[in-house]
Amino acid sequence: MAVFADEKNKVLVQGATGHQGVFHIGEMLDFGTKVVAGVTPGKVGQKVHGVPIFNNVQDGVDATSANTSLVLVPARFAKDAVFEALDAGIKTLVVITENIPFHDAMEFVHYGKYKDAVIIGPNCPGIASPGKAKIGILPGQIFRKGHVGVASRSGTLTYEIVNSLTEKGIGQSTCIGLGGDPIIGTTFIDALDAFEKDKETKSIVLVGEIGGTAEEEAAEYIKKYVSKPVYAFIAGRTAPPGKRMGHAGAIIARGKGTAESKIKAFEKAEVKLTKFPTDIADLIEK
Amino acid sequence: MKLFEYRGKELFNKYGIEVPKGNLVNTEKDFSKLNFPLVLKAQVPIGGRGKAGGIKTVKNLKEAKEKLSKILGMDIRSYRVGKVLAEEMADIKKEMYLSISLDRSKRMPLIMASASGGMDIESVPDEQIFKEWVNPLIGIQDFNIRSINSKLKLDKEQSKELGKVLSKIYRLFREYDCELVEINPLIIKGDGGVMALDSKVIINDDAMYRHQDIEPELVELTPLEKDAKEKGIAFVQLGGNIGVIANGAGLTMATLDALTHFKGNGGVFLDLGGTDDPEKVKQAFELMKKAKPKVIFLNLFGGITKCDTVAKGVKEVITKEGIDCPVITRIKGCNEKEAKEILKDAGLITGATLQDAAQKSSDLAR
Repeated sequence: MAVFADEKNKVLVQGATGHQGVFHIGEMLDFGTKVVAGVTPGKVGQKVHGVPIFNNVQDGVDATSANTSLVLVPARFAKDAVFEALDAGIKTLVVITENIPFHDAMEFVHYGKYKDAVIIGPNCPGIASPGKAKIGILPGQIFRKGHVGVASRSGTLTYEIVNSLTEKGIGQSTCIGLGGDPIIGTTFIDALDAFEKDKETKSIVLVGEIGGTAEEEAAEYIKKYVSKPVYAFIAGRTAPPGKRMGHAGAIIARGKGTAESKIKAFEKAEVKLTKFPTDIADLIEK
Repeated sequence: MKLFEYRGKELFNKYGIEVPKGNLVNTEKDFSKLNFPLVLKAQVPIGGRGKAGGIKTVKNLKEAKEKLSKILGMDIRSYRVGKVLAEEMADIKKEMYLSISLDRSKRMPLIMASASGGMDIESVPDEQIFKEWVNPLIGIQDFNIRSINSKLKLDKEQSKELGKVLSKIYRLFREYDCELVEINPLIIKGDGGVMALDSKVIINDDAMYRHQDIEPELVELTPLEKDAKEKGIAFVQLGGNIGVIANGAGLTMATLDALTHFKGNGGVFLDLGGTDDPEKVKQAFELMKKAKPKVIFLNLFGGITKCDTVAKGVKEVITKEGIDCPVITRIKGCNEKEAKEILKDAGLITGATLQDAAQKSSDLAR
């Protein structure tokens, strides 16, 4: 087992024929992902690395039974693309696109709930279950199959942590990039719930950052429901209030969202915290 | 984007939410359409202006001119006042608080209301703030409004008036892609009507493209931050003297945290993002140079972004344009060897790990 992404995902890529689409379809195929269809309006009949392209999601789903979509379309068209995929019966969506208006994300996250779909992102690098599937733009070479589940609000920082795990021979069950926006579909709590249930996952790593209260809520959840060891790193201990630190969601607003508050909450939940990102690997090794 | 109070009130006007009669004032003739006494309010994108002397009541034109000249050009928490709004006094019977914001946890619009208005909402006890969430797919409904009205314990006439205002600000919040619409205080006037005495409106930057009627005014950014924003580079100026360039927001923040651990002081947060475009790397270094850090710390992790392509961009900037402060690099990940080879002769200081590089940067900046 793994969570959210495994060999059962048949992936359709929305925005398949652009530079990003072509590159990442190739990378995902190399990783072993079942990429079955691509969608770009007006490009039906073309192929990208042998993957057939369709004009719309419904045609792609009808022809290939795709059940998962990777959304790579520009921000202005992202809400439409997600609605289209949900209406075509897609049950797992990974939204990579950055700079999607918050109100658009709020709408499609709610619509996704009514459609019983899992939405990961937006503004995320996607998800990877080593040995099974990668849906997204994470670099394939850093992973190794194993038993650590990783959930993170940051891209590169996660790669860094995963890479340090792999260098020490510690493999991963699934690595989920939750996204750097304030409004995201899958939260730390969803990830913790999935990792707790997953037999392959033996320990959990959370990578948080300033902004919002997702870490504090995760800490409460861990106290009540999580039996597996949890490790965490929080970025932004030195970030000033009121400034957006690169991610739309990384902002201390009205006194809420400080790193201290998150660290305190995790400490209370007996989560093991580190000062430097790569120290997590040392801690797990012990 | 944070709107000045007067621009927020223009939006309130557009949606039929009553605000005091007033206008921006600069010279004597700007007062001609207003009836004294008036309130003069400094237009700043930050709170606490009242305490700083940015709000004054004036009884006549002479007093108005005198106070206006004091407020214009005044510094409120290092923000220079350039605009002053003059408004007629309102007949206040009751002050309340009302806001709609984005609840990140529930991922829904959140209405907050309190019968204690006029003060900083942070200082109002939780049990005096009433919350109501709105499903974004169906919008505000009568039951939401009834719920708030009953909690605020308003009489029938006041409830009706507040209900109208709630519907209007919800429409404004959704139609203008707001992160926050706050009215503090929202007053009930002597005649029973409801009026917004202040406005705080923040529009989501990512949605500005569909609000062409709102002229961008990035008042809360420094000139360099504005420049960076136009170039699409995430750039934040901080208090210290070490400029950090890294790829990815989380990694950049973690780098600043590492500096602090070694008693260094981050001066600039510069997130290269997922780019390895040499042109973008060049722009990033140019911005960084303008911020005049004592040391630059470049922290790269190569994933999809290849370290060597970023390194080529860095080398070009350093060899062609020169750089007059030490640059410490720490490079890890995809094509790290090639990248180190490229930068070998560029005269940079290398750190083996994040900790090592952070220590060296902090020492050099002292």
